[in-house]
Amino acid sequence: MICVLAGVALYAVLGGADFGAGLWQLATILAPHRGEARRARAERIREHAHHSMGPVWEANHVWLIFVLTVTWTAYPAAFGAIASTLAAPLLLAGVGVVFRGAAYALRSGTAEASELGLIDTVFSLSSILTPFALGTVVGAIASGRVPLGNAAGPLLSSWLHPTSIAVGVLAVAVCAYMGAVYLAADAARGDERELVDAFRARALAAGVLAGAVAIAALPIVHADAHRLYHRLLDGPGLAGFAVSVLGGASTLALVAARRFELARASAALAVAGVIAGWALAQQPLLLARLTLAQAAAPHDVLIALLVAIAAGGAILFPSLALLFGLLLRGRFDPGGARAQQGERARCSGEGAALAQAAGSQAADAQADGRQAADAQTDGRQAAGAQAADAQAGAGAGRLLAASSSGLCARLSLAGLIGGLGLLSAAEAPWAHGLGVACLFACMVFAFAAVDPTELARREDAE
Amino acid sequence: MGGGRYGGRVSAQSLYLRDASQMQALSFTVHIPLVCFGIALPSMIAYLEWRHLRSGDPLYRTIARRWTRVMAALFAVGVITGTILSFEMGMLWPGFMSTFGGVFGLGFAIEGFSFFMEAIFIGIYVYGWPRLGPRAHLLSIAPVVLAGFTGSLMVISVNAWMQHPSGFRLVHAPKGAGGRAVDVHPLAALFGNSFLWNELVHMYVAAFIVTGFLLAMPYAVQRLRGRWGRYERTALAVPLTIAAVASPVQILIGDWSARDVASEQPTKLAAIEGLAHTTRGAAEHLLGWYAHGHVEFGIAIPRLLSLLAFHDPDATVQGLDAVPLWQRPPVNIERISFQLMVAVGTALALLGVWFLGVRLRRGRLPAQRAFYAAVAAAGPLSVLALVAGWVVTEVGRQPWVVYRVMTTTEAVTRARGVPVGYGVLAAAYVLVACGVAWVLRRLALAPLDGPEDPLGAGARTGEGSHAGGAGAGGPRASGATGA
Repeated sequence: MICVLAGVALYAVLGGADFGAGLWQLATILAPHRGEARRARAERIREHAHHSMGPVWEANHVWLIFVLTVTWTAYPAAFGAIASTLAAPLLLAGVGVVFRGAAYALRSGTAEASELGLIDTVFSLSSILTPFALGTVVGAIASGRVPLGNAAGPLLSSWLHPTSIAVGVLAVAVCAYMGAVYLAADAARGDERELVDAFRARALAAGVLAGAVAIAALPIVHADAHRLYHRLLDGPGLAGFAVSVLGGASTLALVAARRFELARASAALAVAGVIAGWALAQQPLLLARLTLAQAAAPHDVLIALLVAIAAGGAILFPSLALLFGLLLRGRFDPGGARAQQGERARCSGEGAALAQAAGSQAADAQADGRQAADAQTDGRQAAGAQAADAQAGAGAGRLLAASSSGLCARLSLAGLIGGLGLLSAAEAPWAHGLGVACLFACMVFAFAAVDPTELARREDAE
Repeated sequence: MGGGRYGGRVSAQSLYLRDASQMQALSFTVHIPLVCFGIALPSMIAYLEWRHLRSGDPLYRTIARRWTRVMAALFAVGVITGTILSFEMGMLWPGFMSTFGGVFGLGFAIEGFSFFMEAIFIGIYVYGWPRLGPRAHLLSIAPVVLAGFTGSLMVISVNAWMQHPSGFRLVHAPKGAGGRAVDVHPLAALFGNSFLWNELVHMYVAAFIVTGFLLAMPYAVQRLRGRWGRYERTALAVPLTIAAVASPVQILIGDWSARDVASEQPTKLAAIEGLAHTTRGAAEHLLGWYAHGHVEFGIAIPRLLSLLAFHDPDATVQGLDAVPLWQRPPVNIERISFQLMVAVGTALALLGVWFLGVRLRRGRLPAQRAFYAAVAAAGPLSVLALVAGWVVTEVGRQPWVVYRVMTTTEAVTRARGVPVGYGVLAAAYVLVACGVAWVLRRLALAPLDGPEDPLGAGARTGEGSHAGGAGAGGPRASGATGA
């Protein structure tokens, strides 16, 4: 369960910032732009949001997949109940995901303002739809409206009720907050004062708004989902609740003080606090009348799953660290690239200078050599012999290349025969395995024998 | 996939089985060609970038960069269609997930990590192009290639388990609640399965064939239009060689798969062949239409089916009559899909042999226009064969979701409104398909140094001088200088 929750929390933090970035794009589109300067500024805000998220959105999105797969492995019955009863909001979230991803894919194809505007509008709308829909799912689970069984709950009223809608709105507000904090920190790293100010103001506003929504949601939850309310405020959920309040408040203070990196961390803590509070308030129940222990898959499955997650995590987290390290250190920024290129250009300049120096040395050496050749009577013969050697060498090289291609062709034929015999004629599984290996070797050697790049080059010579 | 019509247990509750099946089939058909690109394209790009590093020839780098943009766009679309599939698992088939999620879920959990690695390193590769050192950059695509393999291994292990379930015991619950799987051994269920290996190899090789022919297609069209510089030739030769090498081998692998189906899923084989009665020394029927218990208007080849399926002309092949009517898959869908796959696959293999033969005997690319017209047609045809092959696998499993354990009727959601979801999804996919067609066209036409290009920052300055003109004029120019 902790794994699922960690996944939910990471998705909420990383994906939330992602959704928030999309949301702010919409804000700039909807706001009226009078005057050239303001329009340019709005465009820069959108560009900034896009560039900050482009390299990482797919990795952020995978957390959702992670949550789904771990849930259906560890709590299959609960997953079936949730997904079938809450099919409608999940479909909405899925449609949102489709359009968000498509917008990322399409954005690389255009630079025209009108087309970009359309794509960004779609992107932003879906960035609101998805967190709202997922928020209603959480609200429905938290208020105990998902009964066990195949679509046992009503299609609409299990998620269109006050608690779900409140949680959905809260999710959107929190995403806006996370997105603004994240983008402000990103802009601060890029040293873009104007953008920093813009996102700082947005972060403060969204933070106040998210807090207001959270406070407004409390009486709704009190009236609608009494058990959740009590366990959140009087019971075990209080710790998480307190952490999130502290985290949210300190984020506001840090943003106001322009300590954006710290603000990022405390904002993430606030979101994690909300999720921990929800989990603590709800346990030991997972669904209405279904405890966590009852819902769990058999013991061996859970062990295998934990081992898989631990092993996967050992590979995953260093990779994620690499990605975010490159991103947060600004290696993917257009500016960073330019600086690097400058460096590379300087290097190649030095290289050219070196080469020039080497060239003049070589010329000197040649001159020396010519004098020496004139002086020696058999010099010309020696040169002739050298040329012949060189020719022979080139011929041998060509022969070698041809024969290596021939060798590859023969090896590939051998692989084909081996594969044919072991896979098609033999019956034993081990022979089949060996046959497949032979066929793969056959394909690789055949590719090497064809040598397509050389083949394409050769046409010119004819 | 339409299995409900044939089921004897159809009840009023499964009103939406057909819609749910078609919705799943639609999502799958959209997703699977994108998967092929995810599996095969990274290694092709890596090959060209490696050639660039070895030879210093900027042409290879230009092609690799252009393909990288295609890969990034298609990967993004693949991410979303894959997400929809995993949503649908629960939304449409809660009975299946509730009962067996614990048995096969581990496969998807591990696949999730493969997917993570792909997403992370594609991000690093695409955005790191002008910014990482050349070696580090080439190295950053290696995990993507590897994850493409492990990802397909895990997903196919689940599919193979559905075809040939093991590693658990089912305790039936009262009131048809689907029962409960006990004594679960997830690793044995996923990997101790003979179906996994031939399905995996068949799909993995198919991915290279589909990607190879689809990627070669636009350059074959260029050849037909008279544009034939070194840029086009190289960009055609690399994917075409891969497809040409893989498609003849695929016939052997397909034969292996078919023999496994013959021994493990005899009803599926009977449906594929339209064999109504269990027969000794069964004949193979080409073309034709299955009706009234036999194939009408087909060309019969005596004893061939027994020979192909069991390597013995006198072997007995089980017919459809071995199982009750409601357990039989729709025969004509099976037959037509299977013959389509085999026919297209054979044609692609012949095309590959043509290419390899010219290479071997003359040492050059084929000169005939007909060859390039065939390559241009091979792209879409290979997708057709791919989808037809999956139809054979999945429709042939009907009416079972878990072969001989759970029917699709038991698995499908009881929720109303499935047609609405189907309609919404279909509309969304039509829009996305239009968008993808538009963006691929844009990517093909746009010069590589446009301001919208995620890789563009490097193309404008420094070493990008060659890439700057690499769009419309560049390849031609470099082709001309090569001549």
